Amino acid sequence: MTVNGKAVSAEAEDRTLLVYFLREQLRLTGTHIGCDTSQCGACVVHVDGRAVKSCSMFAVQAEGAQVTTIEGLAKDGKLHPVQEAFRDNHGLQCGFCTPGMIMTAVDMIRRKPNLDRETIRHELEGNICRCTGYHNIVSSIEDAAKRMSGATR
Amino acid sequence: MITYPFKYRRAKSVADAETLLKGSPDAKLLAGGQTLIAAMKMRLASPSDLIDISNLKELSYIRTSADAIVIGAATTHFEVATSTEVTKRIPALAYLASIIGDPAVRHKGTLGGSVANNDPAADYPAAVLGLNATVKTNRRSIAADEFFTGMFSTALSDGEIITEVSFPIPKKASYKKFPNPASRYAMAGVFVAQMNAGVRVAVTGAGPCVFRVPAMEAALTKSFSADAIEGIAVDVNGLNSDIHGSAEYRAHLVGVMARRAVAEAA
Repeated sequence: MTVNGKAVSAEAEDRTLLVYFLREQLRLTGTHIGCDTSQCGACVVHVDGRAVKSCSMFAVQAEGAQVTTIEGLAKDGKLHPVQEAFRDNHGLQCGFCTPGMIMTAVDMIRRKPNLDRETIRHELEGNICRCTGYHNIVSSIEDAAKRMSGATR
Repeated sequence: MITYPFKYRRAKSVADAETLLKGSPDAKLLAGGQTLIAAMKMRLASPSDLIDISNLKELSYIRTSADAIVIGAATTHFEVATSTEVTKRIPALAYLASIIGDPAVRHKGTLGGSVANNDPAADYPAAVLGLNATVKTNRRSIAADEFFTGMFSTALSDGEIITEVSFPIPKKASYKKFPNPASRYAMAGVFVAQMNAGVRVAVTGAGPCVFRVPAMEAALTKSFSADAIEGIAVDVNGLNSDIHGSAEYRAHLVGVMARRAVAEAA
């Protein structure tokens, strides 16, 4: 598979979940394991351009796929606009859910460039944060969507 | 969490999947995996082999004809929810797909997987039964009324693979769900459809298996209005009763969701 633009190859058991493959074999530990039951969204990565929960698919299913993790967002030492917005809006506290939140946000903004706060909250249904109360996460995503639409116009 | 060991095989076609299934009696088909993989991680399921049909292009499509929308079994909830054809011709079906699970789950989960699993609280069975859809397999066509046979059980036999579901276009339809506040699964979800042959009302989440409400159907066929079913109660016997809600509470929810669905049908 291709991970963050680089072709990677490794042996894994058929039952190895994608999240364990990324974390333990590729040492990409930015993708987190929260609940491990597909509720919390800390493990969200992009497979072939779509946000998925990497605890709920096997690594072997992603054979030949394009995978993007949180480590693949920043380009040339410059944070992705969504990462910038999370930093500027204090969109995190402990940070554990943040990689999943950001990967979900990038996917959300790609699908729905004109986001309002209610839509953002609905779209975050599969991501759980136990610190922030979501307020600043919603603000971060709202801000990022605005920055990104400005940049592409 | 780690599943029991199994052998992964990626099917090259429906015919190939059929052959692979024949070769190993404890094999299971893997579609979106959003229920099956969770069950395997909890070690509630331990198939010897997983035969992956999620990437089969021949099972992923949305086709329309004059009187039906036909959706391939491996089409994801996301694809149904965002299809302009489905949104235009059966908006209730696109809406139903748009509120299954969460965005990441909708990117993986499939129509065929949901229907074959027949979870008591799954959304799709309500649309299949409510719209009087036909489930097509590699062997035959099965009418919705014959397809769902009980909790997690269907008319599918060993080696049978769902290939598509054909949804007749209703005059009007609507789906209303009262989700469990934590799991977001339906505590009660009601799909109401006004078809040429009369109105159908299908309920998910409230009982062990999706079911119809003939008394509401008869009243709505006479007069399609929320008032027409005011006071029609569903039988409490046999409804689910658990820490999330009693059977009486669920029966009440069915009435409320049904009236809301009728009021908003489009």
